[in-house]
Amino acid sequence: MSRLLIVGSGLAGYTLAREARKLDEAMTIVMVTADDGRFYSKPMLSNALAKGLDPDRLATASAAKMADDHGLRIETHTRVLGVDIQARTVTTEDGELSYDHLVLATGAIPVTPPLRGNAVAQVLTVNNLADYARFHERVETAQRVALIGPGLIGCEFANDLAVSGRAVTVIGPDSHPLGRLLPPAAGRFLRERLTEAGVSWRLGLTAGEVNRGKEGAFEITLSDGEVLEADLVLSAIGLRPDTDLAREAGLACGRGIIVDAMLQTSAPHVHALGDCIEMDGQVLPFVMPIMHGARALARTLTGEPSAVRYPPMPVVVKTPACPLVLLPPLGPVTGRWEEESMDGGVRARYVGADGALLGFVLVGSAVADKAVMLKDIG
Amino acid sequence: MKKWECVVCGFIYDEEAGLPEEGIAPGTRWEDVPDDWLCPECGVSKDSFVMVEKVA
Repeated sequence: MSRLLIVGSGLAGYTLAREARKLDEAMTIVMVTADDGRFYSKPMLSNALAKGLDPDRLATASAAKMADDHGLRIETHTRVLGVDIQARTVTTEDGELSYDHLVLATGAIPVTPPLRGNAVAQVLTVNNLADYARFHERVETAQRVALIGPGLIGCEFANDLAVSGRAVTVIGPDSHPLGRLLPPAAGRFLRERLTEAGVSWRLGLTAGEVNRGKEGAFEITLSDGEVLEADLVLSAIGLRPDTDLAREAGLACGRGIIVDAMLQTSAPHVHALGDCIEMDGQVLPFVMPIMHGARALARTLTGEPSAVRYPPMPVVVKTPACPLVLLPPLGPVTGRWEEESMDGGVRARYVGADGALLGFVLVGSAVADKAVMLKDIG
Repeated sequence: MKKWECVVCGFIYDEEAGLPEEGIAPGTRWEDVPDDWLCPECGVSKDSFVMVEKVA
């Protein structure tokens, strides 16, 4: 009987386990996780506050329930220390586990901002349920929040914090929010809408120091010399694939664990899935690629080799103050943005040299065009 | 009867089929699905769903 060992209990690990179980009732599926193994909705972390959802409400199933529902054996609070590719075993804090197929679903970890000061250790990041619990507890008493990072997750948190009644100030070097994903008019529109929702901005700037002031508040020193006061400092400057275990095991890694279209790593019998992977030079830390990847990998591991084929996967940014859907152009494309402002929104098309639609950004009322745009790109 | 798609993960809720395994009977309209119901695949709430298909 085949034995599948999954490292990681995030959306990737659990979706793969569920899909593999659907296809093979007999396969032994073991999951090892450093966390408590609760299943929770990661996309909800950045918009749970305004909904009044506490951490326990975000967790929809315990590890025991997941194990029961899908016929898994789950080792919680257990860190994997190493992989022996030849022997097909992994070493954990509790001993050794053997596998026929190993899947690394180790996810991504927050990039640490280059800060100085005596309160750097108290800067929060929210990347999993335990982080959210800490954030949720601290934000209860916080009125002023400084948020470093005007990217996708940063804007979602900014919207959520503003709607839940906090004075939030977003800091970042970009000229407009989501600087790397949005062309200028779309970025300005998003900024205006979030400003109306109560978000303040310090753009074109970086945070240098974070110190604890006399009154107990945080003092954030910005690159223009301004000192911003806040009751809580949140960093959301980006994620990087967690490749530590893979590197240690000698697997080929770039920005992420390098996989082919079958999600196979450079080692036999070792696959990888989710936010930890790099495929065709791309790191896609979104839900949709995980779902497509998990379904293909489940087929591969149950005897039907299947390459992952991604359809166009638009990303819906959860900023209720400003509806936003984007499909970033993939790979090294040399196109240009064509932006069109309309009543209550901006439609931006990314077109290649031959005029083909390669990506888009729809903001405000323009999100209604999503289906039409997807048809054009299809 | 209508179909509703989760914009985050692509899961489809089909009113005609319901979700009997979650106690939602076939034929349950979207508006009658409990407000605190979560996507069975990725866990997001009902406001992340959009109508994708309307069948008379």
